[in-house]
Amino acid sequence: MNPAIQGREYPPTASYLVGREKVREFARAVQSTDPVSIDLDAARAAGFADLVAPPTFGVVVQEHALAQLLADEEAGIDFSRVVHGDQRFRFTRPIVAGDELTAVLTVASIKSLGGHSMITAETALTDAVGEHVVTAISTLVVRGDE
Amino acid sequence: MSPQFDSLTVGDIVAERQVTLDRDSLVRYAGASGDFNPIHYRDDVAAGVGLPGVLAHGMLTMGIAAGAATDWAGGAHLVKDYQVRFTRPVLVDPQSGAVLDISAKVAALDAEAKTARVDLTVRFSGNTVLGKAQIVIGLD
Repeated sequence: MNPAIQGREYPPTASYLVGREKVREFARAVQSTDPVSIDLDAARAAGFADLVAPPTFGVVVQEHALAQLLADEEAGIDFSRVVHGDQRFRFTRPIVAGDELTAVLTVASIKSLGGHSMITAETALTDAVGEHVVTAISTLVVRGDE
Repeated sequence: MSPQFDSLTVGDIVAERQVTLDRDSLVRYAGASGDFNPIHYRDDVAAGVGLPGVLAHGMLTMGIAAGAATDWAGGAHLVKDYQVRFTRPVLVDPQSGAVLDISAKVAALDAEAKTARVDLTVRFSGNTVLGKAQIVIGLD
């Protein structure tokens, strides 16, 4: 992996429209029975215009941003050697169905540890008016040659 | 109804649950999340890269674990911050699946921000599979 890409910021991804049924589908996949993610009346009673996505839903949009990093030949990341090390979401507000989200990925750090490389990518998701929603922070471990 | 902030004490166990994952769960999560890495549904591919079997997506475990805390807290919209470290794989047997034991404990309280940090423990086959699994919940 190329340490010179530390600090690199990729162009904003195409916007992602969060669908109501996509929120329900994701909630079911993570075995959530949270009313605000399933029942429109419950979401509205909690003060939201539509269903609230489960806390890890941002990974769906983060995936599009990470694809840019993995496709970057200068980064030189061998995807077959990548293991997900850790993940974090820092919220300004929850993701809600109807949001049109754009992701910007920044390479926050690159470290070497015992032959492995660790790359931390911070993906900021903003809504249609440019307000911050959540930042998804992912550390990928790239295993070195055996 | 959300719990009252003033009623909480550090150390309280606020949720415990057991969840079973089977291969269907992994295929469903692959579709919902867009993560179609075949190590999560094909035994031959998993074996080919030296894994002992098909693994659950780490993000699936992270997503399921959150539910223990958010159900207690009163909804997904109350989460301010959520982080985990993936420390051990969850092997999903084609027949018996994988059983996860999840517990959630109040680990820190911030009276000014009215937030509770809840630490999650997820065990599979007796071992924890997540490290530093911390979810921060806003409570009024």
